[in-house]
Amino acid sequence: MELTKDERKRRMSIPRHKMPEQDPVARGRNFQEVNNGYTPELAMAEAERCLQCGKPRCVQGCPVNVQIPQFIAAIAAGDFMAAAHVLHEDNALPAVCGRVCPQEEQCEQLCVLGAKGDSVAIGHLERFAADYERERGALELPQKPTPTGKRIAILGAGPSGLTAAGDLLKAGHDVTIFEALHVAGGVLMYGIPEFRLPKKIVQAEIEYLKKLGATIETNAVVGRTYTIDELFANGYHAVYVANGAGLPKFMRIPGENLNGVYSANEYLTRSNLMKAYDFPNYDTPIARGKNVAVFGGGNVAMDAVRTALRLGAENAYLIYRRSEAEMPARKEEVHHAKEEGIQFHLLTNPTRILGDDKGRVIGVECLHMELGAPDESGRRSPIPVEGSEFVLDVDTVVVAIGTGANPLLTQTTPDLKLNKWGYIVADEVTGQTSKPGVFAGGDIVRGAATVILAMGDGRRAAAAIHQYVMSLPA
Amino acid sequence: MPTIIQKRMLSPNVGWLEVEVPQIAKKRKAGQFVILRIDEQGERIPLTIADSNPEKGTITLICQSIGKTSTQLNSLQTGDTIRDIAGPLGQPSHLENFGTAVCVGGGVGIAVTYPIAKALKELGNTVISILGARTKDLLILEDEMRSASNEVRIATDDGSYGVKGFVTDQLKALIQERPVHFVLAIGPTIMMKAVSNVTREFGIKTMVSLNSIMIDGTGMCGGCRVTVGGRAKFVCVDGPEFDGHQVDFDELMLRQRMYLTEEKQSLDQFHQCQLDAQLSK
Repeated sequence: MELTKDERKRRMSIPRHKMPEQDPVARGRNFQEVNNGYTPELAMAEAERCLQCGKPRCVQGCPVNVQIPQFIAAIAAGDFMAAAHVLHEDNALPAVCGRVCPQEEQCEQLCVLGAKGDSVAIGHLERFAADYERERGALELPQKPTPTGKRIAILGAGPSGLTAAGDLLKAGHDVTIFEALHVAGGVLMYGIPEFRLPKKIVQAEIEYLKKLGATIETNAVVGRTYTIDELFANGYHAVYVANGAGLPKFMRIPGENLNGVYSANEYLTRSNLMKAYDFPNYDTPIARGKNVAVFGGGNVAMDAVRTALRLGAENAYLIYRRSEAEMPARKEEVHHAKEEGIQFHLLTNPTRILGDDKGRVIGVECLHMELGAPDESGRRSPIPVEGSEFVLDVDTVVVAIGTGANPLLTQTTPDLKLNKWGYIVADEVTGQTSKPGVFAGGDIVRGAATVILAMGDGRRAAAAIHQYVMSLPA
Repeated sequence: MPTIIQKRMLSPNVGWLEVEVPQIAKKRKAGQFVILRIDEQGERIPLTIADSNPEKGTITLICQSIGKTSTQLNSLQTGDTIRDIAGPLGQPSHLENFGTAVCVGGGVGIAVTYPIAKALKELGNTVISILGARTKDLLILEDEMRSASNEVRIATDDGSYGVKGFVTDQLKALIQERPVHFVLAIGPTIMMKAVSNVTREFGIKTMVSLNSIMIDGTGMCGGCRVTVGGRAKFVCVDGPEFDGHQVDFDELMLRQRMYLTEEKQSLDQFHQCQLDAQLSK
């Protein structure tokens, strides 16, 4: 329904509602969620800002094309359950996406209000509706589809695999998800910390998929426990490979094997998945460094450095070789990190990690950098400033400079075409790989990217898989 | 959940557990391992698969009580379950008919040597096993090793059984007696280092099975990294077996000591809990 001119004007005059959050000093010492979420009143007030565009651009910015104006209209009307149901039609993990999507680069970037002021807080509203529904334990299941008799194996229970599973289940297929770790969720469980994404929320969204009919087999390391060919031999009609880019990269500088040097994957896995922050109630230990340096400038580096602080670090340093403008991390995370007291060493590159005679880290030698002229890709490369070496006294180092393709699966599937970095070559739209019946998406195709892009791949691949299996002889 | 269908103690500190995990029993090859987690609060630890029975759907694990998790595992009984077991992990041993193959097993490492010795013998090797332990009571799987070998030599540090001394003395003597084409050494890191130093002089191909700290066991964290031939390798995906002449053992030994304080704290708490439980009975 078209809004009147006056009504549009009124809505545009409402300022964006900030989400309440924990006090920065207090939260820097606990693992509880930083953001507290909207109250119903705040959510309704924020939802009123939406202009209900006839041709909503925000939807185009969402990789899974959530019907944004519809769910926001339901919130504005106070029907929060209806809002949640609209979300669930397109998004298997709305409480996750509302928290971790970089909305400022996606739906919210395209919101018309953003041109002159602040866009509608779509992410906050998504989170509110999903939380409201979950907290009332009233997850409503869609009508049971007619079974197709087709069996689909999904390799990896991360965001991409879970999204594909949701869509395939709704189409009536029999879906089994194989997961190497002991819980489903992938990076949502081992990578993103509790203070950004509480694990019980992830598990609740996975429970929803189980209610839809998904079978999840944990401790199943595809490539080792089963190969893709064995899955086909066992009666699966199609396979979706979404096992991520889990192989950590190191700097290849001296001292990297000293005790106290972690990959971000190890550090975060210990803390998030194994709950080492609660040692010795949980058995997995972790170094509680007094002075911790994290290398890198992405979201993983932010997560690691903020984790270090919560584990009790007196000084938590972020060391990044470019300037803040080039940081790939979300602005919100950088802002939160600064508020909590993370110390940024920008335009700084680690060159050597120093250790004592017991093989323990005692410091990191760094060089100052300056930005050179932009290269062909338009990015300004950092150049070392000669003679600018300095040593930072640290006892723990976390390397968060990215990940590569894990070869475990691809080694045992020789007919799967890979690119020169070891990622699977797959059609951009359908996810079809070089192997018939095998589709792939998420980080194992793109390299390390975002949760929502992986989910978008899962959604498109599910559509292609549906088409493929329905074309097979019965 | 994987169930323990048989359990006994091989020595005061070494448990033998037959566990039902059909998919792993079916797939597993000599040299591979599993990662297990006993319960919800548990940590993930690697254990080599000592044997398997694909028909029965079981694997055999041998565990030495060292810290909290291994002590807890050895306190489990027939009928108990283990929350999570993932595998088989790691590369299988690369085995062929080398000629004369010597399997050196130290302490609980004998359990890891056993499946490989068995496979080497099946390939037609003349298998000579050298088993070492601190003292007679700690020597495990002697009968199994005898059945998997053409000849077994035993060394104990205190001379309570076999020859007094180290496995390396036995190995040196053997190499001087007859040609040796392949050596496999599995045991404490210091032992594998000493064996590799002996065989290096003679240019005998030597494989060792490394036991670094692991978390996931699937290559995603690098916690198990070691330097082999000057390059960083992940024990869980590239290993656990490596050319003993290429491994930086000193670095590995330092890395194994990373959590000594926490390990002690965790074990002490476990003992205290067990004590409290007994007192309240």
